Amino acid sequence: MPNKAIPLTVLAGSLLAEPVLAQESDGEGLYQQCIACHQLGPDADNLVGPHLNDLIGRQAAGLDGYLYSPAMDAAGADGLVWTTETLDAFLTDPSGTVPRTSMGYGGMADPQERATLIAFLTSQSANVGFAVDAEILALKGDPAYGEYLSGDCTACHARDAGEGIPAITGRSRDAFVTVMQAYKQGAITHPVMTMMASRLSNEEIAALAAYFENAE
Amino acid sequence: MTLNRRLFLGSSIAAAGALAAPMVRAQGKPRVVVVGGGAGGATAARYIAKDSDGAIDVTLIEPSRTYYTCFFSNLYIGGLRDLQSIAHSYGTLASAFGINVVHDWVIGVDRDAKTVALASGGSLPYDRLILSPGIDFIDDAVPGWSVASQNAMPHAYKGGSQTELLKAQVEAMPQGGTFAMIAPPNPYRCPPGPYERVSMVAHKLKAENPTAKILILDPKEGFSKQALFVEGWQKHYPGMIERIGPDFGGGNVSVNPDEMTVDIDGDVQKVDVCNVIPAQKAGLIAEAAGLTEGNWAPVNPTDLSSTMDENIHVLGDAAAQGAMPKSGFAANSQAKVCANAVRGALTGSTVFPARFSNTCWSLIDTDDGVKVGATYEAGETEIVALDTFVSQTNETAEVREETYDESVGWYQAITEDMFGQA
Repeated sequence: MPNKAIPLTVLAGSLLAEPVLAQESDGEGLYQQCIACHQLGPDADNLVGPHLNDLIGRQAAGLDGYLYSPAMDAAGADGLVWTTETLDAFLTDPSGTVPRTSMGYGGMADPQERATLIAFLTSQSANVGFAVDAEILALKGDPAYGEYLSGDCTACHARDAGEGIPAITGRSRDAFVTVMQAYKQGAITHPVMTMMASRLSNEEIAALAAYFENAE
Repeated sequence: MTLNRRLFLGSSIAAAGALAAPMVRAQGKPRVVVVGGGAGGATAARYIAKDSDGAIDVTLIEPSRTYYTCFFSNLYIGGLRDLQSIAHSYGTLASAFGINVVHDWVIGVDRDAKTVALASGGSLPYDRLILSPGIDFIDDAVPGWSVASQNAMPHAYKGGSQTELLKAQVEAMPQGGTFAMIAPPNPYRCPPGPYERVSMVAHKLKAENPTAKILILDPKEGFSKQALFVEGWQKHYPGMIERIGPDFGGGNVSVNPDEMTVDIDGDVQKVDVCNVIPAQKAGLIAEAAGLTEGNWAPVNPTDLSSTMDENIHVLGDAAAQGAMPKSGFAANSQAKVCANAVRGALTGSTVFPARFSNTCWSLIDTDDGVKVGATYEAGETEIVALDTFVSQTNETAEVREETYDESVGWYQAITEDMFGQA
């Protein structure tokens, strides 16, 4: 992994939020089941359970200052890291996945609900495990070409965020490249965006980023 | 090389001759005339005006002062949108983009003189002409039906008064009555459109007239998103919808608008509403200009220029371009490629390689949306598909609701892309 990497959270929310997190608000609703024990946000503390900021990419039992169960400590020592996949398994059946965990939650049976909740938690994380190669990020795009390419975007993305489809303007170049590369490389998926991003070359993504950085 | 207008004008005559590229008039700006203010024409006019920054004189000729989009008109019929929400005006194109909007019909094209004739008299000269006239119906495609009988048996396949009429007829159906739809043969505007329409009529009938029946008479073996529609109909409208395909006479249908009957392979049935969607061809002006071969206007895949006239481009439903479906999304996509090429030809701006995309959303019931889409590029002689996706059967309600929400966002975006942000 190159050392100059930009975490996906430079996106500041809504563009990333669209594909995986189309139901972020619903995810926030589901999170209400967790809130008695797990806090989120700038003032989050460890309560009955550890806080969930930056959960994605965190090693299990990885927070200092929280007393984990011996079972969770052991799982972390064994290399368990919280990703969308491992969280999905854990939330399906907590005590089946990490026997003797102290988390007193029976599990969330509905895969869609789990995905929605995990998407919400992902949106609260600073690192979803995807970073763009420094070389790709350093590519200088041609804004004129980007303007032409943007015709493929503006058929669906209105200037202001629309229902079900986020705005596409007003993002930094790095943020734009990162999210498009995340689609292109399959780190996040959405039928339309996966198709649109996979046809774009690295240079074309850079061109779009250069155009949208200053587009109104 | 990239050649901008200023550089070009500043260069010597000899150099200009040697380059022999962009056509720049000695006096006055180059003129583009766009015929048809739908997804193809409005988009092309707006992009040429916007991107040329006043260097090209753009005229858009469209008879309607208020444009009702065909896309989402089924949602209006189903009662999920009001008419105002699918109505658009051309005011922003005139005020914010400097486009000369002319509400008139083009009745002829003089390709030698490079002028178009207007129904109100007079003519307009062009350096490049863009035709985006949409569809017209093939005479006698459904025996017994003609435009003269479209009041008794509406097509509702061009947005506006026909859409309102069909909705009113569905609302006036007697309890337990029959709604018949005669579906068109391929190719036609909006492949999933007739089946989304059936879904939206069923949605309305389920609430207002639950014992009513829907009969689809279809000359095609199969249709767009068939598995998704059939699954949705069984789920939301069990027992309401019957489709008669060609094996059972669905391809041998005539109508009697006076009697409100349909003759299905010799079996005459009385119906209460009959939505006749006839076989289609390019909007008449394409044929009048001598640009059609068969029912459609063949075009080059790189810039949508007619294969018969390099100064005329044909966009959207009217064009025979290859693999893209006849959809508003496709017309919008083609318009941007065409606009880029036309601008390059007239001002020397950079012309980038053609690239196209399409996504078609359909609504089966409230919050039950499905979609199909593809990316395309210019092949040797026609547009070819690169990559495709389609919604799956058995998707969760959440996925379907997200898909519907996307379609709402798309509608907002594409209409802004066509008409500018009001």
